Amino acid sequence: MSEPETCCEWLGSLSEYIDGDLSVQLCAELEAHMRGCERCRVVVDTLRKTVSLYQQLCAEDALPEDVHERLLVSLKLEDFKHDHPVTK
Amino acid sequence: MNQDRKNGAGDFSLTALQSGDRAEFARFVEYFSPQIYRLALKMLHDPQDAEDALQETFIKSLRALPGFEGRSSLSTWLYRIALNEILMLLRKRKPESISIDAEPEDDEQPSVPLQLADWCCLPEKELLNGESRAFLDAAIGQLSTALQAVFLLRDVQGLSVRETADALNISEAAVKTRLLRARLALRESLTHYYTERLTKSGAESEETE
Repeated sequence: MSEPETCCEWLGSLSEYIDGDLSVQLCAELEAHMRGCERCRVVVDTLRKTVSLYQQLCAEDALPEDVHERLLVSLKLEDFKHDHPVTK
Repeated sequence: MNQDRKNGAGDFSLTALQSGDRAEFARFVEYFSPQIYRLALKMLHDPQDAEDALQETFIKSLRALPGFEGRSSLSTWLYRIALNEILMLLRKRKPESISIDAEPEDDEQPSVPLQLADWCCLPEKELLNGESRAFLDAAIGQLSTALQAVFLLRDVQGLSVRETADALNISEAAVKTRLLRARLALRESLTHYYTERLTKSGAESEETE
């Protein structure tokens, strides 16, 4: 564990780092810091994993068929049911 | 300016949508309904409320389309309508505490991570088993509405920082601050939860050795 005050300074940049939005220079500095700081490395890894778990979890949420049908009825679009499959 | 190509994903013809072309509106509904339903379900935690918000979002968007001026993308505009519906339903339950406007904590430093176990090595089937899924859902519910909205729009629906700011009518700086706070809070909850799993799986593998 290196100096904890340095870790706190990095905290504000972690989101941008995992999104790849941190400037090249700051990115290099943070990576150099993480090589010597297990604590920050773990926080970054688990932060990234947290986001990816939510993405996986939510990607599986499909619109239930009955909800879909009632939506089309409420919009008077029943005649368009599955006429236009749109792939994401 | 070609309005029709401005809308990104889906590539809908705004001209057709605004002139009441039902087939184009049906395509629009098909494309966006799963995303809107997912957002509503994650924020409302109730399938019936989520369905109500879904229907109202498209009914209102149909009415509002002729007045859409294209200042934001069509998807951002639709998310704004959906969020209004979702917030209205949330306010019915808990009138005082629901807001996505300025958060008093927007200027505060994010809270320092306390849980430091590395649970990334846990097997995928354990990270996302039935019980873990329920925990992940509940953890979102622990965040303030303002943080939930930013996290779901940005990380789950994949909107950019700019689009998230537009949809919520807040600054890009506020999106960044809230996103970091939401992510750190969820990381903290998940770390607490998975650390117990880690200890358990460690104990089990020792037993089998």
